[in-house]
Amino acid sequence: MVLGGENTLSGSAPTANGHVKESNGFIQHSNGHVPHYKDDKIKKMSQESFEPVPLLVACLTYLGYGMLVLFGYFRDFLRKSGVETTHSTIERKKMKDFVPLYQSFESFYTRNLYTRIRDCWNRPICSVPSAEFDVSERVSDDGNWHLRLTGKSRRCVNLGSYNYLGFAENTGPCADAAAKALQQYGAGVCSTRQELGNYRIHEELEQTTARFLGVEDAVTFGMGFATNSMNIPALMGGKGCLILSDELNHASLVLGARLCSTVIKVFKHNDIEDVERKLREAIINGQPRTHRAWRKILIIVEGIYSMEGSIIKLPDLIRLKKKYGAYLYLDEAHSIGALGETGRGVTEYWGVDPRDVDIMMGTFTKSFGAAGGYIAGSKRLINHLRAYSHSTTYACSMAAPVAQQVISSMKIIMGEDGTNRGQLRIKQLAANSKYFRQRLVEMGFIVYGNDDSPIVPVLLYMPAKIAAFSRELYQQNVGVVVVGFPATPLVESRARFCLSAAHTREMLDKVLDAISDVGDRLQLKYSLNPPTKAASAEECYKQVDSLAHEA
Amino acid sequence: MAVEDVIVEPWYMMQMVQAFLQAPVYHIVIEVLLIVWIIGLLFSKSYRIQERVQLTEKEKEDLLAEWQPEPLVPDTPEDHPALHPRVVSGKAGLKVVVDGKECLNLATLNFLGMLGNKRIEKAANSALYKYGVGSCGPRGFYGTVDVHLDLEDKLAKFTRTEEAILYAYGFATIASAIPAYSKRGDIVFCDEGACFAIQKGLLASRSKVVYFKHNDMEDLERLLKEQAKDDKKNPKKAAVTRRFVLVEGIYMNYGDIVPLPKLVELKYKYKVRIFIEESLSFGVLGDNGRGVTEHFGVPIEDIDLISANMEMSLASIGGFCCGDSFVIDHQRLSGQGYCFSASLPPMLSVAASEALLIMEEKPGIFEELRTRCKWLHAKLSSIPGLKVCGEPISPIMHLQLAAQSSRTEDTTKLETICNECMNQGVALTVARYLEGEEHLLPPPSIRIAVNVELTEDDINDATSVITNVAKMVL
Repeated sequence: MVLGGENTLSGSAPTANGHVKESNGFIQHSNGHVPHYKDDKIKKMSQESFEPVPLLVACLTYLGYGMLVLFGYFRDFLRKSGVETTHSTIERKKMKDFVPLYQSFESFYTRNLYTRIRDCWNRPICSVPSAEFDVSERVSDDGNWHLRLTGKSRRCVNLGSYNYLGFAENTGPCADAAAKALQQYGAGVCSTRQELGNYRIHEELEQTTARFLGVEDAVTFGMGFATNSMNIPALMGGKGCLILSDELNHASLVLGARLCSTVIKVFKHNDIEDVERKLREAIINGQPRTHRAWRKILIIVEGIYSMEGSIIKLPDLIRLKKKYGAYLYLDEAHSIGALGETGRGVTEYWGVDPRDVDIMMGTFTKSFGAAGGYIAGSKRLINHLRAYSHSTTYACSMAAPVAQQVISSMKIIMGEDGTNRGQLRIKQLAANSKYFRQRLVEMGFIVYGNDDSPIVPVLLYMPAKIAAFSRELYQQNVGVVVVGFPATPLVESRARFCLSAAHTREMLDKVLDAISDVGDRLQLKYSLNPPTKAASAEECYKQVDSLAHEA
Repeated sequence: MAVEDVIVEPWYMMQMVQAFLQAPVYHIVIEVLLIVWIIGLLFSKSYRIQERVQLTEKEKEDLLAEWQPEPLVPDTPEDHPALHPRVVSGKAGLKVVVDGKECLNLATLNFLGMLGNKRIEKAANSALYKYGVGSCGPRGFYGTVDVHLDLEDKLAKFTRTEEAILYAYGFATIASAIPAYSKRGDIVFCDEGACFAIQKGLLASRSKVVYFKHNDMEDLERLLKEQAKDDKKNPKKAAVTRRFVLVEGIYMNYGDIVPLPKLVELKYKYKVRIFIEESLSFGVLGDNGRGVTEHFGVPIEDIDLISANMEMSLASIGGFCCGDSFVIDHQRLSGQGYCFSASLPPMLSVAASEALLIMEEKPGIFEELRTRCKWLHAKLSSIPGLKVCGEPISPIMHLQLAAQSSRTEDTTKLETICNECMNQGVALTVARYLEGEEHLLPPPSIRIAVNVELTEDDINDATSVITNVAKMVL
């Protein structure tokens, strides 16, 4: 990734001892403004492809769902008349006078569509989820209603786990440090941060996180989901606050916004014009009915969207929020560690000052191979959260070994371990993502998202192909994630690949061959775009090779 | 009759054109205008206030320029205790090092002494070297590790239920379970003393919430009767309105026990489902530590859903729900905290498994714990100036001021007691609440937690320290 500003990133190059000079790879510009990009560079960075579904494919997809629904009704009829055995669990007899716990139409989809292909999800693993993992084999004796473990397992290439920088490891310095923390502090905590669950290691974690992000302070929590759902209410509580939320925001952000009991407006995904329109309308018209001015407005977005592979247009959002006086909440669950020259996430990717983002949120689950989440920002913000967050007041603090894993992996990324291993991981991930995506596009798949995103969604469309794709690749020892309705729009079922720094080029080549083969057999190469040529592997891996050579 | 006879003579094109040409101009103009008006009416939007007030561009720009947002967050008072937390270094077992001083630990909820247990650490350590730390994915996408399935099986067997489901965070367990079942339009009868996680779960569910007086079954019955009366008036609506009662086994904010047998009676009488949050009673009450159902001898099948976290008795992280498969399995697709969150780190799952195993091997441990609770409760009750809130067998008890004045004043006094006790080697903590957000804010108190490893001497020493400090402060 190259930035537009002439010398934007010059200061972040690793020095001889591997240390990174600038806290966040960001150089304060003399005028303090967002750097001004040359048009073509920003165009290239924000280049995101969302090829529309070909008409025939769309028709066939609807037809597929229509058939499934018809068959669903037919089989429900058979079950009711006793021809087909019912395998679903039923409520105890004692409860027959109670109002039913579920409405039947709620479970129609689960019973008749999901159950048929449920083996594609919740596959248990029995090893560390690194570049390869052991997936336990399951069989069903009753038409997929129940799945039974056979006791055998299959070694698969892992394209499903969020292990961007490859820190899901059971050996090495991070594991050793975590084991030491376990010995020192034990597994649990049994108290909250505000009571007696404030360990020295938590404070170290927060200082490290703040240093890593280049902001004043940070506070950490035991669960990424809860970081959103339990902290947004502490920021936007009370009447007269407005939340502007991207339509594709994660469930945790939606829940957090809902728990505020305030007004929420949704804007089109990554559509800056829509944000501006909604912002202007909101400020001009004020609150509904009373027209009183809003107390404050918060825009909530994610760095990388995990189902689309798109990257938020951060510089534009920062321009807007400054112009209109809104606040910005950035969820970097998928982008922290995975984007930017030194892994500082989406702010570094765009070369903007992280201090311009009011609330920097992220998780430790993905790039750091741990669990939990953080919120970082100004001292004032963090003090407020320490005092009024639902999580610091009521929830158990983070387990010490988990905190230690984050500290250790973060230090490696920053080069504070005195090596360039962290830098190598970042480069490897970037090269893997670029290489993998370009090859898929070259093969003729419809691939969504930004060229630099380590999440690569490939469109499958038809419901039957969701299962076929997953099962076929599993047979060829590749573990992939497939997603369908309701996680995606009805006609946009997809497979999602998550690249990792742990993947080697050989692994990816093997996987790409398998995908191409399955894609041919299932006729998944839908793209109507003119064929493109992928960049050569040598070109993609140039930086990695030279860094590896250095090491 | 022939068909042709009834057909009206067709209106030929030529005639139409002629009629059009012959008609007077004003006629045509009026008709066209009428048509345009009708179309306009059909497609116009419904009446909106905003449209009536047409602002000029300049006015809009002025409004935009004039708008002054409030600061994102207000300044936090410098003396807020959360900004000056005590720092714990090392394991918070029976003894804990707080701000560099070793104290007897009466503050953390490590009832069974599982935090600091060598066997658990060893098991967690080998899990760490097998699975790494994080699971790197939600349960649906390769985040299900065999040790999760194993723990779910063990929990179901231990609680004698059909199925158990794991969550990665204690708070999220009940807060996700409630909205998975109770939706908009449903009614939840909730104890007004319920903990914060329940309150948030209720808010997320958007159901109608009816609070009954804390632990008052008569008040609950009164409300249920009222509801039944309403239902009779509108039987159609009542047939689709699910009804739930939400209680805690032992109440976090009060330390008392729910009168379960009466509640079960009401359940069948008024057709309400019972959800119990058992974080404090699981691994504490009952001969085998199975919780409040075992304590009262109520069959666990009579409870629709039991939720507990694994952050207290089991001294790990996360939580679980258990009950009939018919009920629990639904959360695997509808429990938000289950579906959309990374799963529990495998090593913590193994730690919980091992703790559960220890509980099964040493069923005497629960009676031991309760004995210590009773000792401590009796001792604390005799301290002048303070009163103890909660059942004698509860592993937590709230020490409140006997003579209460204003909230801030009381809190300061209790804080001073905690700090002074800490100086004298007994770690205590004031129970923290978000004062503006609790449904019913409990009076300020020191929350004392009992550890099964406490000896009689420890208890005597601790109470004499507290007595002396209380005498000094009050």
